[in-house]
Amino acid sequence: MDRTKIDLWVGIFAAISVAALLGLAMKVGNLTTTNIGDTYTVTAAFQNIGGLKPRSPVKSAGVVVGRVDSIQFDGATYEALVTLKLDKRYQFPTDTFANIYTAGLLGEQYIGLEPGGEEEFLKENDRIMQTQDAVVLEKMISQFLYSKATESND
Amino acid sequence: MTDNIVEIDNLSFGYKGRLLHKGINMVFPRGKIVAIMGGSGSGKTTILRLIGGQLKPVKGEVRVGDQVVHEQSRNELQLLRRKMGMLFQQGALFTDLSVYENVAFPIREHTDLPESMIRDLVMMKLNAVGLRGARDLMATELSGGMARRVALARAVALDPEIIMYDEPFAGLDPISMGVVCNLIRNLNDALGATSLVVTHDVKEAFAFVDYVYFIADGVVAAEGTPAELRESTLPFVHQFVHGEVDGPVPFHYAAPDYRQDMLGERND
Amino acid sequence: MTKRTGAKLTAVLQSIGHRLIDQFWRLGSASRLFAYTLLSSGESLRRPFLVIREIYFTGVLSLIIILVSAFFVGMVLALQGYNTLQKYGSSEAIGVLVALSLVRELGPVVTALLFAGRAGTAITAEIGLMKATEQLAAMEMMAVSPIARVVAPRFWGGVISMPLLAGLFSMVGILGGYLVAVPLIGVDGGAFWSQMQDAVDFREDIVNGFIKSCVFGVACTMIALFEGYDAPPTAEGVSRATTRTVVNSSLAVLGLDFVMTSFMIS
Repeated sequence: MDRTKIDLWVGIFAAISVAALLGLAMKVGNLTTTNIGDTYTVTAAFQNIGGLKPRSPVKSAGVVVGRVDSIQFDGATYEALVTLKLDKRYQFPTDTFANIYTAGLLGEQYIGLEPGGEEEFLKENDRIMQTQDAVVLEKMISQFLYSKATESND
Repeated sequence: MTDNIVEIDNLSFGYKGRLLHKGINMVFPRGKIVAIMGGSGSGKTTILRLIGGQLKPVKGEVRVGDQVVHEQSRNELQLLRRKMGMLFQQGALFTDLSVYENVAFPIREHTDLPESMIRDLVMMKLNAVGLRGARDLMATELSGGMARRVALARAVALDPEIIMYDEPFAGLDPISMGVVCNLIRNLNDALGATSLVVTHDVKEAFAFVDYVYFIADGVVAAEGTPAELRESTLPFVHQFVHGEVDGPVPFHYAAPDYRQDMLGERND
Repeated sequence: MTKRTGAKLTAVLQSIGHRLIDQFWRLGSASRLFAYTLLSSGESLRRPFLVIREIYFTGVLSLIIILVSAFFVGMVLALQGYNTLQKYGSSEAIGVLVALSLVRELGPVVTALLFAGRAGTAITAEIGLMKATEQLAAMEMMAVSPIARVVAPRFWGGVISMPLLAGLFSMVGILGGYLVAVPLIGVDGGAFWSQMQDAVDFREDIVNGFIKSCVFGVACTMIALFEGYDAPPTAEGVSRATTRTVVNSSLAVLGLDFVMTSFMIS
């Protein structure tokens, strides 16, 4: 087994393996999204975050503009404090709405940002004041049953 | 002045409580060829390993030059081993390398010589054993005798002071045996080295060695020149040298009385 | 309990205890060999060709079995997955199923098992035979450390080859799944890839799978090397050692997989 042949085959092996790993990273995984860009941090408080997790996407007009960085419980206000990292390229006005939506009927949850009309923009460590909680299925069902019950009582 | 290049002093060695050697004393003078003989399992090959530092004695000392082998540090032991060359029983050539590469191996590992010099050295060693033409064959393509000769060339590649042979005649045809005898003698004289030959081949060994040590029951049972030993009246030496069937080394493995054994079974 | 069953029971317990102690002793020897191998790796760095040669023998020569197996595994995953998913109307999630199964578990684990069977046994047999024909002893007598020259390069060759093979396995498996799902079954190609990208996270799935395959690489290669180095220098000894390599590697891989997965999921 001579040296040049071995070197050639090992080189080919290494090349296709690296190509496969790159392929996995980009095509299969989600490395190409803006996790690695420059970001700025804002916070938002919710009464109920439902199934929101760290690394859940933050979307505006359906496009991913950031990620949920961390979720903490505020013992003073009994609310959930969510830290978001938003792409520096996109500026949002200070009266932006942050809502928790569900992708599809039973999919994973994400934060949707709807811009308001203010002229000032959110800066690093600002707080989004307008928030809407996640829709919790059980509450919806009990509300529906309750309203049905009151209807039939009329 | 014949100083001794290897001295074995009151050596005891064994495994797990059972002693193989119980106080062995040997000296190997410079420039001589010494044979170590004995029955199978008497610990002859183990002595070579003790000299080479692969095993540590339980008691006593093995000295090479002035240094006690088992007291050397790892690096010092490596330096000591470079003075030794060993020929293993089956040749122990590296099966993935060619003949040339096998002989070049110790040279490459221990020196920084340029390729051209290495080539000259390898050719010289192969020529000495008569296998220069076989240099491009793979180690697996050689016959037993040829493999043994290549292994010999490899063992002397760095011109060692001590050459050790582990059963060099085992399994060889008469021609190859004669060749190996010749080589051992010539190489020893040409290099000014000391050769230790472990063997139980009396006829071949007695023809060319200078001194013989006999090992039995863990001690040196007899020693002397081949001529002295041929005349010896010691029962063990006599049985060994003349190849007698029965003597101190019995023919029958320990067993109860023959008659009892045969009849006993029938009575059950 | 009669005296006789008492004696038999004691004998059984004694043999179990003896075997257990034996295993611990072997584990100690294997750890010692591992430590020596790492310490003797200087030679492998100074002469990279030794390692490259071993990457060839463990990696390149395993390519065929890895790639063919990966292809079939991916195709079967797609078939079985489609069979179940379409009952819930979620047949478009088939890309997710194939990709996650392969990247998280099947890629690293099946590659490791195949590696142990092919490359592991080859390493064990080679080293066992070198020991039996006294090649290792000859090297020692020539003042060359057999661990630095023979064991360490094979260790690094295996450790480097394994993650590369696992990555190839996952990728080819996904391609196999794609070929069954899209042209054959008729799932939408775009949905196949986009749902997969949404579900597969680089750090949690791909990197974790990579870490797993690296750990398996160390375990399988080390087991193969130890069994070869420790084998009795006879034909029967070497053949038993190769069997032990496959069995012990497989058990180690599955056990480590459980331990690592539980850490990674929490």
